[in-house]
Amino acid sequence: MSEVAHAADRRDAAWWIDRVVQILVLAGGLSAIVFIAGIFVFITREGAGFVFDRFDFREFFGSPRWTPTSSHNPTYGALALIAGTASVTGLAMVVSVPFSLGAAIYIGEFATGRVRETLKVLVELLAAIPSVVWGFIGLSIMNPLIIQTFDVPVGLNVLNAGVILGLMAAPIMTTIAEDALKAVPDTYREAAEAMGATRWQVTFKVVLPAARNGLVAATLLGVGRGFGETMAVLMASGHSINLPTSPFDSVRALTATIAAELGETAAGSDHYQALFTLGIFLFLVTFAINFAADVFVRGGQRKRRRRGRRPAASANP
Amino acid sequence: MIQNKGSDTLVNVAQAWAEEYAALRPGTAVAVTGGGSGTGIAAMINGTVDIANSSRKMKDSEIELARGNGNEPIEFVVGYDALAVYVHPDNPMDEISLEQLAALYGEGGDIDSWSQYGVEVPGCGSDEIVRVSRQNNSGTYVYFREAVLGDRRDFRLGSRDMHGSKDVVDLVENTPCAIGYSGFAYATDHVKMPCVRKGEDGDCVSPSVDSAIDGSYPIARPLFMYTSGQPEGVIREYIDWVLSDEGQCIIYEKGYAPRGDVDCS
Repeated sequence: MSEVAHAADRRDAAWWIDRVVQILVLAGGLSAIVFIAGIFVFITREGAGFVFDRFDFREFFGSPRWTPTSSHNPTYGALALIAGTASVTGLAMVVSVPFSLGAAIYIGEFATGRVRETLKVLVELLAAIPSVVWGFIGLSIMNPLIIQTFDVPVGLNVLNAGVILGLMAAPIMTTIAEDALKAVPDTYREAAEAMGATRWQVTFKVVLPAARNGLVAATLLGVGRGFGETMAVLMASGHSINLPTSPFDSVRALTATIAAELGETAAGSDHYQALFTLGIFLFLVTFAINFAADVFVRGGQRKRRRRGRRPAASANP
Repeated sequence: MIQNKGSDTLVNVAQAWAEEYAALRPGTAVAVTGGGSGTGIAAMINGTVDIANSSRKMKDSEIELARGNGNEPIEFVVGYDALAVYVHPDNPMDEISLEQLAALYGEGGDIDSWSQYGVEVPGCGSDEIVRVSRQNNSGTYVYFREAVLGDRRDFRLGSRDMHGSKDVVDLVENTPCAIGYSGFAYATDHVKMPCVRKGEDGDCVSPSVDSAIDGSYPIARPLFMYTSGQPEGVIREYIDWVLSDEGQCIIYEKGYAPRGDVDCS
């Protein structure tokens, strides 16, 4: 080996640390794939017996009768559970989309300095409240409040769970939506302001359309959060098998059903496998939602890169 | 360490037994967990518990499953419990028959409003009956189905299915329109328990420890402990103590009926 090549080959401590860190980071990245695949294999294996032997597509998606412990005629209709989850999540989005988009626009476009920093910290703190605490608020504060305000027989219903879930989903949606607004290049705002637009016109006509995909992704991740939430929904929804016709009906969510029943079933029984089938269904739906959110985020980035190049080049000659 | 798990109905008294026993025999610790009879039975089948508490008998199919895993369940009756019907204290209803309960809770039942029972409940403007029930694997749920609805009848869907004995009482306490069922030992001063009648002209009996002991209360049920195989060593000693006068007086103090005559004065 020549003198020059030998001198360039510096395998000192820094070089080794670099290698080790690379391997550790690679392992960290791969572990996400390993875990997600492992979870999918596990729930599929536990639910497989039911899916292949007992699964009746029309009963599962078409019947509201979930009576797995009936002594003579167990049925496994998940329609009411799906409707329960969908109605609660839907109402949660009605509550959280305006709140979180408004908060994101204020924090990202209007607030400055201390106000902005304080608000960001507070929104992130909101995300740190455990879901069982939210559930307790639903049970002990919202329940009597709804009974008194609307004169309904019971306050554990779609409205209660939807509002609680909306408040739970708002912080994550705000944070992601604000990131999407921040990703819009300042040159857009400067160009619009140079043409005499007011700040609201800049926000509404330029920034929001440019950040649209990111905002859709934020909403979808909020939907995913709502779909998967368990404890708060179990406590606030009334846990009642019902096809809801109004926000004041009690419902039961897919996740809450798994949480309430799984601990009490014998491993390997039909009921146990049916609960895992619900788990497979939930997994697929959340996977689809997150995948869609990802597609939107990527779509937004690509478009911006394509469109952003020319004005940026002319703005900074 | 004895692992003791299961029935929500029994969890308070199981806890009291464990504490008393720890004071008596400092060498033996008993770890008590609730979760429901189904949880205890599932744990017995899976072999992860020493003593399973249950407020219903194990089904034949469950005993088969347990045997398949090498666990032969041995049954001990540790006491009796009156299953009380709870309504809001403002509710004027003083008595209810098993047939009326079945028409409310059973599949195909036709009772939906308080006026059908001939009562008007203050604070319940909608007149709708809010049915409170239990999650479908609770021992209380299964016993209520067998005793009130009969072997071949299911619950009507749409009840609020609570996750614990105490949750039922809590919800009824706060909801004027509600009716629910739960162990008598969970009664508080803020709920009302109508007397229960079997048949149209049977006596209407209020739930109490005494009416559960003498068998006059129509929905009283035995409470069980199951061990895996004939218990030996510390588990045997613990079960024997639970069944002794001392153990039986503790269950009596907690609001349940003991197995036989005991003098607890």
